[in-house]
Amino acid sequence: MPALTNMIKIEAKLLLRDSATVLFGVLFPTGLLLGLGAVPALRESSPETGGLRPIDIWAPTALVFAMVMIAVQHVPAVITTYRERGILRRVSTTPAHPRTILLAQMIVAFASVVVSAALMIFAGWAVLDIAPPARPVELAVAFLVGYAALLGLGMISAAVVRTSSAANQIGTLLFVALMFFGGAFLPRTLMPDLLREAGQFVPPGLQALTAAWSAEAGEITATAGGQPFWLQIAIMAGIAVILSSVAAKLFRWE
Amino acid sequence: MTALEVRHLHKRYGQQVAVNDVSFTVEEGEIFGIIGSNGAGKTTTVECIAGLRTPDSGTISVLGLDPIKDRAQVRERLGVQLQESSFPDAIKVAEALELYSSFYRKPADWRELMELLGLTEKRHTRYKALSGGQKQRLSIALALVGNPKVAILDELTTGLDPQARRDTWSLIERVRDTGVTILLVTHFMDEAERLSDRVAVIHGGRVAAVDTPAGLIAQASTVQQVRFRVRQPLDKRVLTELRDVTDVAITDDRWLVTGSGQLLSSVAGALARAQVVAEDLRLDRRNLDDAFVAFTGRAPQSPGPFRKEG
Repeated sequence: MPALTNMIKIEAKLLLRDSATVLFGVLFPTGLLLGLGAVPALRESSPETGGLRPIDIWAPTALVFAMVMIAVQHVPAVITTYRERGILRRVSTTPAHPRTILLAQMIVAFASVVVSAALMIFAGWAVLDIAPPARPVELAVAFLVGYAALLGLGMISAAVVRTSSAANQIGTLLFVALMFFGGAFLPRTLMPDLLREAGQFVPPGLQALTAAWSAEAGEITATAGGQPFWLQIAIMAGIAVILSSVAAKLFRWE
Repeated sequence: MTALEVRHLHKRYGQQVAVNDVSFTVEEGEIFGIIGSNGAGKTTTVECIAGLRTPDSGTISVLGLDPIKDRAQVRERLGVQLQESSFPDAIKVAEALELYSSFYRKPADWRELMELLGLTEKRHTRYKALSGGQKQRLSIALALVGNPKVAILDELTTGLDPQARRDTWSLIERVRDTGVTILLVTHFMDEAERLSDRVAVIHGGRVAAVDTPAGLIAQASTVQQVRFRVRQPLDKRVLTELRDVTDVAITDDRWLVTGSGQLLSSVAGALARAQVVAEDLRLDRRNLDDAFVAFTGRAPQSPGPFRKEG
């Protein structure tokens, strides 16, 4: 597959030249975590939370930030631009299929999210002494499934809109809505149970990410009526499959 | 050998008929022009040939292959430069060429193409920073990077300045000289006249005429006009008596003679016999613009008159 390998190389270069995405998608989550970590009140452990500091409980939200930024804003904007400007069409006149570009774009975008997450986890540990994920395999699974569901949502947006500016608008709306459930505006511990329970099933599934990172934090953010971890994962996987099939069904190459 | 054959092509979008029974053949090594106004059906025809659209009926053969059924083989052999298609802003010239060459099994040497199209100096420049002419040259290079037998060039010089247009034209002639058959789609009559071996006039989804540019002009224009100036007295009858002359109009010292046949030599001979010295004697040649109007009943959207006089 020389075409795919070359496209991945090019898409990676294009991403690195897109300074806004590098800044907001890849570097900003780390900056956000470190910025909040600089607030002394968020670094004080409280007996109510079993000795955990607010920043320990909040950390997975920075992870969600990067995932949402890339899957719902960056990828749909790039793909709609490619369609709007006839780039997909141009490729379909060659022996390569335009789906190869989409695939390359998704691979590169996913790699950037992984880099963003790794950077953030490392910086959180090194600077703020946030314990690294206690169950890395579970975290990886929750991350993968949650990201897939987000990407499905992003691809539906890329499928239904005509222009890249419309994709950007929808992306921003989705970003705000998803980040609300992702705990960016209001810590989940302060949300009513109903919202917290709904939040289990809003991609990428913050509760599962939190529980996999730290079992203690997961217990604090969980609700009485919450589902067990693997059931949450299974439901999120189902959501990912449904959203992706809808996106594939609606997607137009031109 | 036939490079391209289109027979009884029909294509409609909903109620709107875009192409209504278009047929033509393009021989190997030819530059074949398709001219027509916007919305005449040129682009739809080209999209069907490129396999981007499925015809409602009719057959298309590209080097003996069907663009839909033999999609993969056709795409290896057919290079396409599409109207309104571009590339990512941040991609660099050399990157785009290298990437596109990797799509083909037997690509051309992209570095050589880059040189041929005068883009070597710009190889590290991002697409966004290229001028209109450079973008167009990159687009042509990418249409040729697969080493195609047949290349479709759609609205090649739209948006280019006059110098860039002329440079692009000589480039296309060089490409043809390497043995590539070229289907040139344009609404510029001067471009079609300058480059094409043969031209199809498409109008309202149909082929209105197919011929060499000179043939189309001859078909469309039976009337000729000769102009000249004389400072001496001259009897009008010297000219009106000539068999080829139908009308003589005089404004001050400027004469306009309308007629047919060997009009120029008849007029020149008569003036010589009358021992009159004519200044600025010239035959108004019809061009493809006039022929286009004659075949379609509408004016082409040309960048201005381009009337050759001799």
